[in-house]
Amino acid sequence: MSAEQKSPQQSAVDELYDEAEHWNLNTGEETIHAKRMGGLWRNIKWLSASVWILFFIAPYLRWGDRQAILFDIPNRQFHILNTTILPQDFWMLSLLLLFFALLLAVSTALAGRIYCGYFCFQTVWTDVFTWLDEKLEGTAPKRRKLDKAKLDFAKFRIKFTKHLIWLLISVLTGISFVAWFYDAFDLWSDFFNLQAGSTAYGTIALFTVGTYVLAGYMREQACFWLCPYARIQGVMVDNTTLVPTYDFKRGEPRGRIVKGQSEDERTTGDCVDCKQCIAVCPTGVDIRHGQQEGCITCGLCIDACDLVMEKLDRPKGLIRYESLDVLEGGENRPLLKRPRVWVYGLIMSAALAGIGYGLSTLDALELKVIHARQPLFVLLSNGSIQNKYTLKVLNKMTKDVPVKITATGPEGLILVDADGITAKHGKVTPRTVFLRVPKSNLKGENTPIIFQVEGEESGEVFVGTRKSVFIGPKY
Amino acid sequence: MADNNPFPGENNTGHIWDDNIRELANPPPRWWMIAFWASIAWFLGYGVLYPMYPIGQKPTEGVMGWTQIKEYQEGLDEVVAVRAEFENQLKDMSAKDILANPGLADYTVASVKVLFGDICAPCHGGGGQGGPGFPVLADDDWLFGGTVETIEQTIAMGRKGIMTAHGKILSDDEADKLADAIAAGNPTSDPNFLQKGCIACHGMDGKGMQMLGSANLTDGIYRFVPGEGESIKDSVKQTILHGVNDVTDPQTREAVMPSFGDRLSKDEIKKLAVYVYKFGGGQ
Ligand code: SF4
Ligand code: SF4
Repeated sequence: MSAEQKSPQQSAVDELYDEAEHWNLNTGEETIHAKRMGGLWRNIKWLSASVWILFFIAPYLRWGDRQAILFDIPNRQFHILNTTILPQDFWMLSLLLLFFALLLAVSTALAGRIYCGYFCFQTVWTDVFTWLDEKLEGTAPKRRKLDKAKLDFAKFRIKFTKHLIWLLISVLTGISFVAWFYDAFDLWSDFFNLQAGSTAYGTIALFTVGTYVLAGYMREQACFWLCPYARIQGVMVDNTTLVPTYDFKRGEPRGRIVKGQSEDERTTGDCVDCKQCIAVCPTGVDIRHGQQEGCITCGLCIDACDLVMEKLDRPKGLIRYESLDVLEGGENRPLLKRPRVWVYGLIMSAALAGIGYGLSTLDALELKVIHARQPLFVLLSNGSIQNKYTLKVLNKMTKDVPVKITATGPEGLILVDADGITAKHGKVTPRTVFLRVPKSNLKGENTPIIFQVEGEESGEVFVGTRKSVFIGPKY
Repeated sequence: MADNNPFPGENNTGHIWDDNIRELANPPPRWWMIAFWASIAWFLGYGVLYPMYPIGQKPTEGVMGWTQIKEYQEGLDEVVAVRAEFENQLKDMSAKDILANPGLADYTVASVKVLFGDICAPCHGGGGQGGPGFPVLADDDWLFGGTVETIEQTIAMGRKGIMTAHGKILSDDEADKLADAIAAGNPTSDPNFLQKGCIACHGMDGKGMQMLGSANLTDGIYRFVPGEGESIKDSVKQTILHGVNDVTDPQTREAVMPSFGDRLSKDEIKKLAVYVYKFGGGQ
């Protein structure tokens, strides 16, 4: 088929192909060596990334005679400052997860992938690794050249140092992670004495390899192909979302500066096609094609372009945080008029309220009651009905406490086998007890009863109660 | 072929069909190749470490010497080792001593639960709730006694209740009246209770004799629970007329507890006795 007589179908397809040509995804065949430069967003990025310093130092904070924050999995308890959370309180964890899931949703709806660009460990570690690249190997063109160069002693020395530091950071990352679950000071001594146990070593090894590979090699490819959030967040963005955007109205038609031409005679838009925005992008995106899946909204291209505009005396913000609506001449809907903000906000407040409630009602002494199912009741030879219960006394205090169990219910109720219980600290102490009620005192099949546990520790009396039921025969 | 390739420079293999459909020689992405070789390396390594290659009759053993049975045995040994501490103590203790020691009693209940489920629960129910024709173990009405020793004896030796069928010496009307009195929990109110010799086994007061395994007829707890659509009285009358384990009467009640002395160890029986005792009716 010759070019002159293209069918309409053919030209439609050709258009698609044209489009696809611009759709350039780097699938890892090329290492991205992004240019690094200063700027407003660069500084903000360092600031937000510094949150991760906590990850490294928090395990060394102490609270009394133990680690301030310790997720003690072998003993099944979490210590957070003075609070101890046992498996029984784990519903709060699901609320916490819900809260953070929605925090991600709401922040993405408002400002795109700010989590990706500023906080995500993949971004932050990669950023630190590339900072090292720059320190050790030089600027982006130098790095590219070094990659291509033959392996000689100089190259070997540079690469060796770099990989050694990468590895050190990776091991440190692994140890720091484990230190949240393992007394941090013990961990260091156990680690070097080969006493830390296979779980600890395994986890450290996993994190070491993970950090080394993900931050050293995978980098933006992890965001492209591995990370589920990257894809989920794509659907949370809408026309009102603020994301780094190239102002095509101002910029196009782009064109290089013509020597000797004055600004007034210029026929081109503001973009001088210097490609600085691409050069700095850690994921190799050309933002001038619009927001796209590779962009982690880190804002570095904004810094790059602003610098160019400053030099040329053109107004800054050719690339800026902007929503599609505004760019297309509309206005941004005020925050409070967006239903998503309300819905997300409501769910988040509910989750927070639940956690607050949970933390404020963490009793020192808790009682759980399990009514035996088989049989539900038995008739005794003196005419009483007997029910069997398993009581579980949870003691969150730091000492074993002798406890007194009482039960209230219908008249003539007798509690059997509930004496002499000592609730072990940090544990659930089970006890099987029986309740007996004269059959004539039962009004119906089910009678509500209340169990109470009472214990004293350092002069303070702790009480836990639990409702249950006494079951009798049908009439 | 390479010389007249109509699509030069696109890295095709030279295989071209229908003018323009051609096979390209693009390598798979690097990560894919890495994963590909890594899985092969994994496979080979696994085969060295673990049993795998079927050579001859048996697969290769693997240098780690791991087998499923071995792992199972190790797990089992671990359990036995944990239990040993308690089991050694239990060995020389009587059931009564065990009951007096809360920690050991708890251990006993926890550790023998499975055995109870295997051996006893089919008739007596998982919680000792009994079943049609099988006595409740969770109440305090015992035919042969509710001390832990008698329970132990019952498990070891078995039990067999005996009551002759009274259909021949009682008219239907008399049996009816007697059943009424028993169902009301007051057997002695019927003169026949004395005259027809019920007292010989059930006692002057009708409260039964554990030596004989005769039932207490006054406490409203019945060895033979009424079946579907039956009243308590109907079922009592049935027992009076046809007896229990009376070979001369084909309609007699069957009530046999088999002996487990030759099937279970002494320690197991002891532990089961403690378990049954702890259902809540032990005396
Ligand atoms: S396009 Fe800009 S904002 Fe997006 S990842 Fe690249 S540099 Fe960051
Ligand atoms: S940095 Fe700015 S001026 Fe340069 S190519 Fe990118 S958008 Fe155009």
